[in-house]
Amino acid sequence: MSDVSHWSIFLNAALVNNFVLAYFLGICPFFGVSSKLETAMRMGYAVGFVMLVASVCAWALNLLLALIDAPFLRIISYILVISSTVQLVEMLMKKLSPATFRAMGIYLPLITTNCAILGLALFQTNRGYDFLQSVVFALGAGAGFALALVLMAGVREKLDLASVPELVKGTAAALVVAGILSMGFMGFAGLGR
Amino acid sequence: MARKEITPTDEFVKGLWRDNPVFVQVLGMCPALAVSNTAMNALAMGLATTFVLLMSGLSVSLLRNLIPREARIVCYICIIATFVTSVDYLIMALSLELHRALGAFIALIVVNCLILGRAEAFASKHGPGRALLDGLGMGVGFTAALLFIGVVREILGSGAVFGVPLFPDGFQTWTIMVLPSGGFFAMAVWLLLANRIRQKQEDAEKRAARAGT
Repeated sequence: MSDVSHWSIFLNAALVNNFVLAYFLGICPFFGVSSKLETAMRMGYAVGFVMLVASVCAWALNLLLALIDAPFLRIISYILVISSTVQLVEMLMKKLSPATFRAMGIYLPLITTNCAILGLALFQTNRGYDFLQSVVFALGAGAGFALALVLMAGVREKLDLASVPELVKGTAAALVVAGILSMGFMGFAGLGR
Repeated sequence: MARKEITPTDEFVKGLWRDNPVFVQVLGMCPALAVSNTAMNALAMGLATTFVLLMSGLSVSLLRNLIPREARIVCYICIIATFVTSVDYLIMALSLELHRALGAFIALIVVNCLILGRAEAFASKHGPGRALLDGLGMGVGFTAALLFIGVVREILGSGAVFGVPLFPDGFQTWTIMVLPSGGFFAMAVWLLLANRIRQKQEDAEKRAARAGT
């Protein structure tokens, strides 16, 4: 796996194996914050940033764990690093842009339990990416997540104006939209390999 | 199930339908969609999650007076991560093939919002017995939901259930159902069905209440 080019890692993470639409990672915020385009974009940035930091940390942690020969500590140490990163982002955002902080609400601390981030850290370890590859992988995954979120928000804003049967409204309609989006992303198969 | 007292039974039964984690609370969607492409994967994932739910519920409930309120989330996550690691190694020891099929999704049980949600909302406020029953109910409900999705996807996507072929050779499989988008569609249809049944139940209850008064 380590001889693939950086460009193809990026494309693969962003489009072909999009984290949300192909791996089903980060579904909760995908449905939770995708009702408004504005919030969806901010959420995309925040998740992308946390992904980047978590990816670098996970790479360093993995070296350390290999050094002390304790692979069974991987899950527990990754999740602790991720939650402290999220805390950091939360504090930074509160300081730099209080308006954004308020708009994100509960979904900001919930980035901790966003499986996309832990998934990213685990995938890059399982595939044996080196430092640069990990960073590119994180950038691609972040871009893919933001793209899926923004696309979904765009569709849902239009959907609000349509007359949907009462029974289908909400999650069921969102699921069908996600399924169709995911079908669209299947068209990218074979692109980055 | 304990039949003499009503409340402990209720703790168990509520996870099955009224508060079903997947169809009603819409928690733990990521594994519900990601590993439900065959019935076997769905069952394994459901059982692994049930185990973690039970053990973490028990531990959180036993330690609930020792854990400081400010640091509780971190403590819960550490407890959950410990049990997830043991399940990960257990599955690897039992069946390497299954471990490969589920991949990183076993490790991702840590971030299944259902488990943290139950620890925070239930186990931290109740005794160990109740917490176990609640965990069992939620776990069975989660496994059942996963199986529903998994069975439909496997029948349509590969014409089989648990790997046993159902149709004669001429059956044209709906490959889309094993692919990611099939997961979204199967889930949407089940959710609609659950909504419809619940709506009917509520209507019936309302009518009964009106008739009573």
